[in-house]
Amino acid sequence: MNIASSTEQICFLILGSVVILGALGVVLLKNIVYSAFLLGGVFMGVAGLYLLLNASFVAAAQVLVYVGAVNVLILFAIMLVNKKEELKQIKGLRTRKVLSGLVCTGLLFLLLRVDLTTNWNLPGPSAIGELSTERIGEHLFTDYLLPFEVASVLLLMAMIGAIVLARRDVLNTDIATGDSVDQNLIEKSNDPILLEQSSN
Amino acid sequence: MTPVPLQGYLLIASILFCIGVWGLINSRNAVRVLMSIELMLNAVNINLMSFSSYLDGSLIRGQVFTVFVITVAAAEAAVGLAILISLYRNRTTVDMESFNLLKW
Repeated sequence: MNIASSTEQICFLILGSVVILGALGVVLLKNIVYSAFLLGGVFMGVAGLYLLLNASFVAAAQVLVYVGAVNVLILFAIMLVNKKEELKQIKGLRTRKVLSGLVCTGLLFLLLRVDLTTNWNLPGPSAIGELSTERIGEHLFTDYLLPFEVASVLLLMAMIGAIVLARRDVLNTDIATGDSVDQNLIEKSNDPILLEQSSN
Repeated sequence: MTPVPLQGYLLIASILFCIGVWGLINSRNAVRVLMSIELMLNAVNINLMSFSSYLDGSLIRGQVFTVFVITVAAAEAAVGLAILISLYRNRTTVDMESFNLLKW
């Protein structure tokens, strides 16, 4: 065993345990703020796994998009909706947890069986190194050009949709004087159409 | 001694995906449901990346797919959290059990 492969294996074990334990923490911890920070740790661990797989560009994209954008967005959403509330007790919750745990373990064993018993026809990892970024660029502008453009349209649609969905309706004229205001916008009282239904 | 086998990466991806499925089913908090979806998407990404590195040679088409999946995941997170915030404004709760408007 040379020193490079043993270092790779040690890094793989560390990153794998970070990812698995972090994911368990995300799902199982009571405090959702801890879950969100652990989710950032999981994303960083996955980026490390990408680095082990000779994919520096995707690792950088993972850190930028997931840790920098998605995780921060989730933290902001937690800040906006974080309210101490007593969840109603639901009967059969424990049974549901156990049953779904059994189903998920079954799925896990199925996946592991497929992973471990299939004879993957391995050429082995190719040491492409820094060339991978150029290859991704070539792919994006030749044979994957249409999905690339569709992805940009999808991002635009998602941005407009998120703005429309999360926007508050505001009055653009002052109630007392009738003048138009551009600051101190007063929020319209939104109809609590769903509130009385949620109480029963 | 060979480097890390492909099965190691597939094992991590499988475990991560199953944790995500369990969290998706059992979370009461709507934000945690979105986090579980992100976990599942990351498991799929690890799968794509490892197959791209071990089986695809120097073509690395799996990495291009991973870039697309990351794009879609970012869009999904933005729209999902916007829906969540507008739900919270109408219902003043994030409990998944109380979101039953479309239940018949």
